[in-house]
Amino acid sequence: MSITAPASATADAATRIDHRPTGRRKPAGSLAPYLQATPLALILFAFLLVPIAVIVVVSFLDYNSVQILPNFVWSNYTDTLFDHVTWETYLNTVKYTVIVWAITLFIGFWVAYFLAFHIRSTVMQMVLFLVCTIPFLTSNIIRMISWVPFLGRNGLLNSALLRIGLIHHPLEFLLFSDFAVILAFVHLNTLFMVVPIFNTMMRIDRRLMEAAVDAGAKSWQVILEVILPLCKPGIAIGTIFIVTLVMGDFITVRLMSGGQRASVGLMISNQISLLQYPAACANAVVLLAVVLLMIGGILRLIDIRAEL
Amino acid sequence: MKPRGAGFYVLSAFFALFVLFLYGPTVTIVVLSFQGPNGGLTFPMNGSSLHWFARLFEPQAVGDLGGALQRSLMLAFMVMVVTVVVSVAAGLAFRRRFRGSGALLALTIASLIVPSILVSLGVGLLFSQSGLESDWWSSAFGAQLTWSLPFGLLVMLAVFNRFDRSWEEAARDLGASPWQSFRHVVLPIILPSVIGIALFGFTLSYDEFPRTLLTAGSNNTLPLEIYGMTTNITTPVLYALGTVTTGLSFLVIATALVTMASLNRRRQRRAA
Repeated sequence: MSITAPASATADAATRIDHRPTGRRKPAGSLAPYLQATPLALILFAFLLVPIAVIVVVSFLDYNSVQILPNFVWSNYTDTLFDHVTWETYLNTVKYTVIVWAITLFIGFWVAYFLAFHIRSTVMQMVLFLVCTIPFLTSNIIRMISWVPFLGRNGLLNSALLRIGLIHHPLEFLLFSDFAVILAFVHLNTLFMVVPIFNTMMRIDRRLMEAAVDAGAKSWQVILEVILPLCKPGIAIGTIFIVTLVMGDFITVRLMSGGQRASVGLMISNQISLLQYPAACANAVVLLAVVLLMIGGILRLIDIRAEL
Repeated sequence: MKPRGAGFYVLSAFFALFVLFLYGPTVTIVVLSFQGPNGGLTFPMNGSSLHWFARLFEPQAVGDLGGALQRSLMLAFMVMVVTVVVSVAAGLAFRRRFRGSGALLALTIASLIVPSILVSLGVGLLFSQSGLESDWWSSAFGAQLTWSLPFGLLVMLAVFNRFDRSWEEAARDLGASPWQSFRHVVLPIILPSVIGIALFGFTLSYDEFPRTLLTAGSNNTLPLEIYGMTTNITTPVLYALGTVTTGLSFLVIATALVTMASLNRRRQRRAA
């Protein structure tokens, strides 16, 4: 690393600093972090904290079919909490979350394990890691649409199954179903499990595994007794991502189920399109509370501070 | 080196299947976008042509693809620049403990785990209730930053965790001003990661849908336009659009990766 500034400029800087009273550098130094952190703080204040505060306020307001009315009411909450549709919707969304979590955890663990412990060259590791990452930097909507030629009534899967004689009529449940929704969730979000688990795996001291082998552990025992416990923080972070992405989703469920399945996010977005903003806000607050409770539960089980 | 066990081959096959699962559908729609003029949304191919790509550039029955693409690229560029500058600055700040640093970190992480629909709804309501016009360059821009900035900051925290402070101290001992030591010492060392953040900022914005849905106002971004098309267009023109936008994403990703690789190579050459 070289300093490319001309020597004279550097010398100038040196004399300037030499002549500066030492007392003046300190306040500037201690002020710097505040100045550097201010833009981040301002943006998050304006576009995260204030909007959530607005949602909370509006969730207590009355409304009619055209506008929000400035009266304090509880009815937005009581309406949604005493409606069995809400509970069924939550149940369905939690069902998606648990299934997607289990599948992405399985795939994520083994993909990360393969990359971290079976690929011996660092370059190859990087290349394969990028191969996994690149699709996640492309459009989610396009990636959902791209399942249509696979799963449709005349899609690749149905015609293949028909040709080998496994089925006699095209399967109808492939597209616009729970199956399609879960498939798309897994397709879109597995990376959020792979990356944190891969990170924790790369930090595991290889000598621990050697010690386990020397102590007579079989390779599956090494995985189960050494690697898996040490990966817990990564698994927890991946789980948090999956929980928030699936619990709050509305677009995957709408596109992949053709509007035939319910989710909390979809319920909120339907209320928004009916301009029932206070009702949507109350549901959003409930959703946020549920998601935070789930994350709180995860953090109670597993300490992730070492990962931050 | 130990010989490969059976586990290696099983996991290799599993990994290969995973990659096929990731890329297979995209490859299919790329192939299908070259469908002949009479072809449909699924196989078989009915001849092959550029018909559907040509249709993309004709005036659309619905929406305004050219304008949407232009807005999306502009917005992605804005989000990229702001994400890079703000995350690098905040990353520098977080190297020291300062009053409120814990709270700011918690807020940043919270930004990552708040469901996207809350950001969209909240920012949308904030603008409409305070009488401001929602637009892609104001409300949607801010809403997207709540998603890209946490990623940027986490990358910077990881980078500065491994950063050797003695380089900077050496620069200061040689008389560099804080700006000089940042510009000539710190920045060159963190540059590959900064390009990574830029890539994140650009692609997260370019593909963002949920946070833009209620905040973009009357002028759609490209993902919103594509979403609108899914409900009323049933021809391979949808696949042609998918091929074009995915191609654009790949171009951006490739540019970033090549730049990062060449920076690393140059550094290794200098070190040698």
